[in-house]
Amino acid sequence: MLKQRRYLIEILTAAALIAAPFVLPLLGFAPNTVNRILVWGLFGLGFDILFGFTGLLSFGQSAFYGTGGFVAAYLLTRAGFPNVILALIIGMIAAAATGYLIGLIALRRTGIYFAMITVAIAEVFYFVEFNPLSDFTGGENGLPGVPTPSLNLGFTTLHFTTGWSLYQFIAFCYFLGVVIALRIVRSPVGAIFSAIRDNPLRATAVGHNIHGYKLTAFVIAAAYAGFAGGLLGVLQAFMPPDAFMFDTSGQLVMQTAIGGRGTLFGPLVGAAVWLSLQDFLQAALGLGAAWKLVLGIVFVLLVCFLRRGIIGGIVDLYSFLTGQRRAGKPVESEPQSDAAPASEIAAAPMPAPHRPDDRPSGPILQAKGLTKRYGGLLANSDIDFTVNHGELRGIIGPNGAGKSTFFKMLTCEVHPTSGSITFEGRDITGMNVTDVCQLGLTKSYQVNQLFAGLTVRENLVIAALSGLRGKFKLDLFRSIDSIPGLAERVEHTLALVNLTRRTDTPVAELAYGEKRRLEIGLALATSPSLLLLDEPLAGMSPRERVETVKLLKSISRGRTMIIIDHDMDALFELAERVTVLQEGRVLVEGTPEEIKNNSTVQEAYLGGVHGVLAA
Amino acid sequence: MINWPNFVSQLFNGLALGALLALISSGLTIIYGTLGVLNLAHGAMFMIGGYAGYLTYSYTESFVLAVIAGSLFVMLLGIAMERIIIRHFYHRPHEDQLLVTFGLGICFVEIVRLAFGSQSQIVPPPAMLQGITSLGFLLYPTYRLAVVGIVAVALGGLFLVLYRTRLGMIVRAGIEDSVMVDSLGINVYRVFMIVFGIGAMAAGFAGIVNAPVVSLTPGIGDDILVQTFVVVVIGGVGSFPGAILGGLIAGEIISITSMFNPGYAYVMLFVAMTLVLVLRPHGLLGTQGRE
Repeated sequence: MLKQRRYLIEILTAAALIAAPFVLPLLGFAPNTVNRILVWGLFGLGFDILFGFTGLLSFGQSAFYGTGGFVAAYLLTRAGFPNVILALIIGMIAAAATGYLIGLIALRRTGIYFAMITVAIAEVFYFVEFNPLSDFTGGENGLPGVPTPSLNLGFTTLHFTTGWSLYQFIAFCYFLGVVIALRIVRSPVGAIFSAIRDNPLRATAVGHNIHGYKLTAFVIAAAYAGFAGGLLGVLQAFMPPDAFMFDTSGQLVMQTAIGGRGTLFGPLVGAAVWLSLQDFLQAALGLGAAWKLVLGIVFVLLVCFLRRGIIGGIVDLYSFLTGQRRAGKPVESEPQSDAAPASEIAAAPMPAPHRPDDRPSGPILQAKGLTKRYGGLLANSDIDFTVNHGELRGIIGPNGAGKSTFFKMLTCEVHPTSGSITFEGRDITGMNVTDVCQLGLTKSYQVNQLFAGLTVRENLVIAALSGLRGKFKLDLFRSIDSIPGLAERVEHTLALVNLTRRTDTPVAELAYGEKRRLEIGLALATSPSLLLLDEPLAGMSPRERVETVKLLKSISRGRTMIIIDHDMDALFELAERVTVLQEGRVLVEGTPEEIKNNSTVQEAYLGGVHGVLAA
Repeated sequence: MINWPNFVSQLFNGLALGALLALISSGLTIIYGTLGVLNLAHGAMFMIGGYAGYLTYSYTESFVLAVIAGSLFVMLLGIAMERIIIRHFYHRPHEDQLLVTFGLGICFVEIVRLAFGSQSQIVPPPAMLQGITSLGFLLYPTYRLAVVGIVAVALGGLFLVLYRTRLGMIVRAGIEDSVMVDSLGINVYRVFMIVFGIGAMAAGFAGIVNAPVVSLTPGIGDDILVQTFVVVVIGGVGSFPGAILGGLIAGEIISITSMFNPGYAYVMLFVAMTLVLVLRPHGLLGTQGRE
């Protein structure tokens, strides 16, 4: 929705903001109401990046709104600071800095913990404002006398005073806010934000330092909040202490959910609905204090029935009316894409290996004495395991043999109780998944771990970005299309996993086999030098298996891979060597032929019915 | 410098507040632990318990009836809330659960505000618990002492339900792994409904027991909710013993800090929470992976 035509949204926003003073009075909007809506909308731009895009629901935004507002207001009223615009910016920086410190604490945990901590933070700020800092903030009186801005252009000075005159200033700030927010959302960082929202575990596993990115989103939201807080003081000529109240945070959350999260404009729409309903219910219907109850009920109903808020509802209604389902019909094109011969894929050129100067020989991965204990349960015991460059290794073993635990230790998702892992000559024991992925070791999961709300291309972009940008980089204003090599790598991976025809399909509409291939594609797009595949064939139909085996063969050229699977025929066909695990230990290791004829393996699998496997 | 009787009396205040917080937090934490839903309307449950009791009291003049009616009403409200709304949210993201309970909380507060107005209401303590008790070195309001006892009994009752009954065993198993409990042929959804009712009742009971200590206002649950969150973060989400320990710690921190400067009570609470988050991210008695 956000990337139809370049600058289209920016131009439409500017046009709407210019038209507003001419149109809105006809609809009965007072300029002051419009200004308040814009301040809430600006506040919400940052919050939507945090909540709608990154998936972090904070109930503590009032802390930053208040901080920015009071810093700016203090500078202007008590410290004799003359320049309103500069004061607003300083307030914004103060709020961002506060956001950074608070984020360090709040982001130690996720989910409901995060929500609870932010609630507590908001409350602390409220009390601090009232009591310890009341000399600076005026306590419950707030800070009156905040001046309005003026802009010296050299030849003339623009004064923004009240009403529509002040509107020009606030509307310009909002426009700037929208432009910046759109840049952020369309940047690589923005893509990773959505990845974190959809699947933080996988975002970590494909090599992004998600803690850093979450903190970034938190600071961005705090900065927007701080600036909006400053504007509130300017708008009212008074900085009210209730900016710090928990209700402020609550109202922001509700407005964003009403308008539609993840749309950037949702908070603006929500604020417009909120403030005009409030006026309407209070004044026109004479409901008095009951207006908040009505809004509360509206909110609950929206959360129950219209998850994506008003904007989301309009978009859905539009698609429904025009009969145009998003990105083509799902099921019909499927047989075609499945039938595409794998030989085509095999012909596709391989991506450059992780380090082209490496002359691969000798071991790429060595595990020594790897042991994992869960309480009394010994999942893996003293495993020695070596894989050479370019090898395709298979791992088999009965259920509960400790195969998946073994893989988790190799990718550092789980740390071994004892033992060591060396990858490309480097000791990676105790490293985290992200760093290990950055070094070139990653895994496709046994159970699909995709970014379910995004399209196939967006999924692969997120994985490819980690290889091209490293685990953390703040290129907030860079267009995602301008990253060299990204498009090629994504196209290449698409071709490799045979999903070129499904590029813009949302993951939710993919068939199971396609999701499975995308799962492998995600790992491939990080361009690993060692790829682990945890049961890539699990749950596939016989025909899909045949296709996938071909796919795996083509992937394996120029790459080192380790595959776990239960499909022994497939594995014996693919692998050069096979390791058999049983009860957490290496039972035997050898060529497929040796394994087939090994009596202990037959014993383990078939309970002593000799020869059946070989037959 | 420190006035000892005053200090001890603040310790008692802290104990009374801590016991209440422990009870409310237990309600919140067993609901979260079993259902996976963080009920942001929990503070409103506390408030409604107080008002339901107040209403009963103003008709019957009986404090005991007020406590019973208040708790039962909130339990029924909790069950209704679970049946009508919450259960449609079990398979939706956490954010949606937070949003809907937050919205419900606001609706409850506004309904009470419409019905009773914003001015504060007073429920007097029962006659036999009025007045002041001499503890030898200190005179202390009798009812506040009684609160500690009443809440301790309630916590004991909750403990018995959780640790000595079949339902409790299912609940505790559900906290560990509700999918597994479901697949064992136990009707998890019925258990969820009961747990939501019990959890809400804990808050409602605390609300009416607390009513004679402070006067009732529609917004009384908001502060309590925040304190409850701190308690749960300190004690560990989903842990009943953690809620009790966290409640007592939070109660004492608030009371003792208030003795020096009430303005810093929340700051100290926050400092304590931060310390726990840094040193033991899963809470004092929480276990890893329960998130």
